[in-house]
Amino acid sequence: MINQTYDANNIFIPVPHKIMDIITETEIDKTYRLNLNVAGLPSYGQFYEVSLPKIGEAPISVSDFEKDWIDLTIRKIGTLTNCIHSLKIGDVLYLRGPYGNFFPVDSFAGKHLVIAAGGCGLAPVRSVINYFYRNLEKLAKFELLMGFKTINDLLFKYDIDRWEKKFKSIITLDHGCDLWADRPVGLITDYVGQVDFSDKENICVIIVGPPVMIKFTADKFVAAGIKKENIIVSMERRMSCGVGKCGHCKIDSTYICCDGPVFTYERAERFID
Amino acid sequence: MKRNITKNEFNLFFNLLNIHYDIFAPVRKKGQGAFSDTDIIYYEKVVTFDEIEWAEKSTYSPKDIVFPVSQTIINFIEDRLFIPNMKSSKPIYILMRPCDINGIKRIDEIFLNNGPSEDFYYKRIREKISFALIECIDGFENCFCVSMNANKNSDWDFAISLDKYRPFISIEIKNAKIENIFHSMVTDASNIAAPEVANKNFEICFPEKNLKKVMLPNINEMPASIYSDSEFWDEYKNRCIACGRCNTTCVTCSCFSTNDIRYDDSQNVGERQRVWASCHISKFSMMAGGHEMRKDNASRMRFKTFHKIYDYKKRFGEEKGHMCVGCGRCDDNCPEYISFSMIINKLSARISADINEGKK
Repeated sequence: MINQTYDANNIFIPVPHKIMDIITETEIDKTYRLNLNVAGLPSYGQFYEVSLPKIGEAPISVSDFEKDWIDLTIRKIGTLTNCIHSLKIGDVLYLRGPYGNFFPVDSFAGKHLVIAAGGCGLAPVRSVINYFYRNLEKLAKFELLMGFKTINDLLFKYDIDRWEKKFKSIITLDHGCDLWADRPVGLITDYVGQVDFSDKENICVIIVGPPVMIKFTADKFVAAGIKKENIIVSMERRMSCGVGKCGHCKIDSTYICCDGPVFTYERAERFID
Repeated sequence: MKRNITKNEFNLFFNLLNIHYDIFAPVRKKGQGAFSDTDIIYYEKVVTFDEIEWAEKSTYSPKDIVFPVSQTIINFIEDRLFIPNMKSSKPIYILMRPCDINGIKRIDEIFLNNGPSEDFYYKRIREKISFALIECIDGFENCFCVSMNANKNSDWDFAISLDKYRPFISIEIKNAKIENIFHSMVTDASNIAAPEVANKNFEICFPEKNLKKVMLPNINEMPASIYSDSEFWDEYKNRCIACGRCNTTCVTCSCFSTNDIRYDDSQNVGERQRVWASCHISKFSMMAGGHEMRKDNASRMRFKTFHKIYDYKKRFGEEKGHMCVGCGRCDDNCPEYISFSMIINKLSARISADINEGKK
């Protein structure tokens, strides 16, 4: 609880948000649905600085939202996220944000949109996918490529089931298994060729995932004739403040936290850390 | 107003000034330097003339007054949050050489103008700070402020020179409030300079040339090839020992990390701290899960170099200048004798050579 009125200009004050629901995605990933009572509504692809007092703070992208809730999909990977994974429904997470720029969903109207997401890179684009799931008529065509390491790493299975029924969704695993018999196996780059490239000029691509996956997937799309300015990527870097002060996420004259995390590939490919 | 005063007058003036302001100035600490039989000079609150180190450049810059090494930004007691008050509510004067005044203005840009909003903690102390100038004419061994166009500054309320009419102290006051304080001094005639000395005219001077000179790369776009030129940067791969001293002594290095700590096992009481971070030290660019963007000291040196003499100006504009102000503290303090001014010159030479050879 906040016990006093803070200076409204102090953007570093985290605000408690109650956990309404927790969905276990994998052994190490959980999605936390938070009641969005105070913090501003995010846009598609933005992030919050998420913290637990006395434990730590980290940037986490919004994996979906509606007018009164947001989803944060959090991988158990460090001190803070270990603690977050022990929280229960009714506990609180502290937020500040939303920060960063966002995917320009309105600019995709009438376009053939392709989204390629690798692993937990699916989280920051899930809100975009769900937006077009609800508003598919706004696009000329929608195709989805998703890659995961193994069957145990699949995220948002309940969503994927719905998506597969409504638009072309290719899910590939780096390592197949018996339960995945006759389904795509291999890297996401192996399946770029299955995208419908008949109207190249009208295609927009979003790529989100680890840096290596972004590079090689983008190169495949470029080789297929997609212009770099029509490829949009979302990047991750170490951040401490999220608001352009701490310097950790800086690449050349760019601050990923406030100039990004969403960039055209034309710009992102020239980033040298 | 210009006046030449005695040390007694100076101390009286500072006594009065101290009623209204906290005054910070460089102070020499005998024998406390990093190496045997060396001193260290850093900024502290001062009251009298003799406390202040007038002759030498400070080892550490004054930036920690406005951007402390470690700072509590939130106190946590159980589930309550408290924002710590500032230690002192008094306004502050910092006595600085021109490069350092320009340096503080460089970090103003990051904390006040970069990103979606101002930094609350920086702003609340920065608003209390005014500048006073310590005249600097010749600079020091590793200075290159003239090359960085950071040798002059007029954003000070009063300036002090010891070099005009020794042993008298020359003071120029541009601020009406400070002038009033100066005139409110009550002294007997034996303590003040005779009128013919007191009123002798003088001009506050600035360094016009340094022993070190750097050539800045005169290009709008840094060629991509220089980023990956391992031959160029590998010199620093093993030479640099990633101690971060260049970052901590630099007046314009303003990166920080945020850490939460608990005071006890009960986990009920703790704080969120902001602490200086160094781009030379490992983990600066490491993300959760262990992936690190710049693993070796060569790429970290390249990162810092471009930030100081290319990226900053590109982002904030020509009129803001380069981030580096040429104070030379990185060179003064590097235990491996890496010279930043030499890196800049080497880089410019390499770029000019490329241009002459028609390379991109």
